[in-house]
Amino acid sequence: MAEPGTVTLDAGGRIVAAGDWTLAFLPALSDRVGAVKRRRSDGATIDASGIAHLDTAGAQLLLDLAGDSKDGIGGLDEGRRALVDTVAKAKAAAVAKPPERPPGLIALLARTGAAVETTWLNAVMLVGFIGLMLATIARVVPNPRRWRVTSLFFHIEQTGLDAVPIVALLSFLVGAVVAFLGATVLRDFGASVFTVELVGYSFLREFGVLLTAILIAGRSGSAFTAQIGSMKAREEIDAIRTLGLDPVEVLVLPRALALLISMPMLTFIAMLAGIFGGAMVCIFNLDISPGMFLQRFHDTASVRHFWVGMSKAPLFAFLIAAIGCLEGFKVSGSAESVGGHTTSSVVQSIFVVILIDALAAIFFMELDV
Amino acid sequence: MSAARETVIEVRGLRNQFGEQVVHENLDLDVYKGEILGVVGGSGSGKSVLLRSIIGLNRPAAGSVKVFGQEVTQLGDRERSLIEQRCGVLFQNGALFSSLTVAENVMVPLREHHNLPLALMQRLAALKIALAGLPAEAGAKFPSELSGGMVKRAALARALALDPEILFLDEPTAGLDPIGAAAFDQLILTLRESLGLTVFLITHDLDTLYTICDRVAVIAQKRVLIADTLDKVERFDEPWVHDYFQGPRGRAAESAAHAAKEH
Repeated sequence: MAEPGTVTLDAGGRIVAAGDWTLAFLPALSDRVGAVKRRRSDGATIDASGIAHLDTAGAQLLLDLAGDSKDGIGGLDEGRRALVDTVAKAKAAAVAKPPERPPGLIALLARTGAAVETTWLNAVMLVGFIGLMLATIARVVPNPRRWRVTSLFFHIEQTGLDAVPIVALLSFLVGAVVAFLGATVLRDFGASVFTVELVGYSFLREFGVLLTAILIAGRSGSAFTAQIGSMKAREEIDAIRTLGLDPVEVLVLPRALALLISMPMLTFIAMLAGIFGGAMVCIFNLDISPGMFLQRFHDTASVRHFWVGMSKAPLFAFLIAAIGCLEGFKVSGSAESVGGHTTSSVVQSIFVVILIDALAAIFFMELDV
Repeated sequence: MSAARETVIEVRGLRNQFGEQVVHENLDLDVYKGEILGVVGGSGSGKSVLLRSIIGLNRPAAGSVKVFGQEVTQLGDRERSLIEQRCGVLFQNGALFSSLTVAENVMVPLREHHNLPLALMQRLAALKIALAGLPAEAGAKFPSELSGGMVKRAALARALALDPEILFLDEPTAGLDPIGAAAFDQLILTLRESLGLTVFLITHDLDTLYTICDRVAVIAQKRVLIADTLDKVERFDEPWVHDYFQGPRGRAAESAAHAAKEH
């Protein structure tokens, strides 16, 4: 029943359209219309009575053929006339203009510039947000009636307790890997026993807190962004404001304080698990007995290493919470925006954590602790 | 209309249930070619579920749903796709793809089902956007940048992309201002007249019912109580139907519609 649409120029200069002028036959028909249009004489009329089926796409083409003057089209019944009229009206309003794109080099420069500016603005905004958080803490802490204890404990459970298994397991594995590496390198010097120091120093000073921070950035920082972001997208943040509440106080503080409390605890667990992993390798692979490991660990690892590592935990916790919550507030409208900002939150948190850790390493080295 | 109207949608003995809750029980409905059928019912009476059952998004617990004479529950992927291409759906909240611009949204079905050159697709998309009553600039915008009424129109443009034979509209005028809603009604009417569409329209808007619907189906008590012309539905003796059409809003819409016709 379907019959490809045709268009021909007859001897009298009339244009005859026939067949199905529908979407299915559009590409071929479009080429034919272009060809006929070039050869047609001015004022040529179109006979459309032979058209079997006509849809909006076909009507648009028919109008193209008639040079947008619908009077030049003959042989339409009432229904089709209405269709052509509707399409003609829409066609006059429609401008098929693909969005303009600047040429490659300029686009490259523009994007680079935009990226640099965004990075700078993000940094400024983060500093501002941290200030806002501190100001809110200063306002809320002296006023116990405004402490949100339930919310705080809920978030401690979510970010702290629920993260214990994954933090412990990963630290254990990394501890074992560090011990293996140390054992392999140090064996050549006959100094395998220094593996104990290697594991101890690295986990107390760096790896315990760093692994925890990276895991928490991926696990809780992203969750903060997604939670606050979806609330923002559904106008819940606006609702909080109109109810006379402060979103920073209601949403950000419980999360930030929860992380401040749970992160040091998780870091402690990570240190223990990492050293335990190292000890396992020493015991089973290096013939160092558990007693010997403990004795050596006790003799060599001084408590200041523990405090160096632990001192970084609250700092990382605060930064991860700040970045996670701020990215949540930046969400606009769509669900896609929530996803984009969640990714951005994790990347920024991990970047900032490693950057601060590197600066701290230099700082502590200069201080000679 | 003649008695031998062509039936494009035929629902028989439909039963839908979610867990313990039965939404439809023994529901029958016919939709005829070229008509605008308004579907009304209280909130939660299963209007949207009925729509979803007809377009195959919801598998009924029992009963048969035929679209263009084919049983939708028993179609293979290929036949289903062919049927779907003949149906356009406007979801309640638009359901535009948020990562694509309006023009790209309209081009999705064109791109997937037809092998058209890009320039031609862009022209077609621009035409549909204008047909749906949106300004040309709207094509380059993302759904999140549009107002509620514009989202509805953009969604209509996408539903019209393949020149469907049946158009399903789920509360198209909800959330539009009265001027926008009236313009939308006129748009549906024009499209029906010129494209010969069959329209399945779920609405709460009494003005829409009085202005453009040929027949009205009332869903209550888990089935279609009556599906007939407005005159007959208005006089139907059932408390809910009576309250619906004889309430203050129903009366106002009716008199407005009569006044418009006399002019």
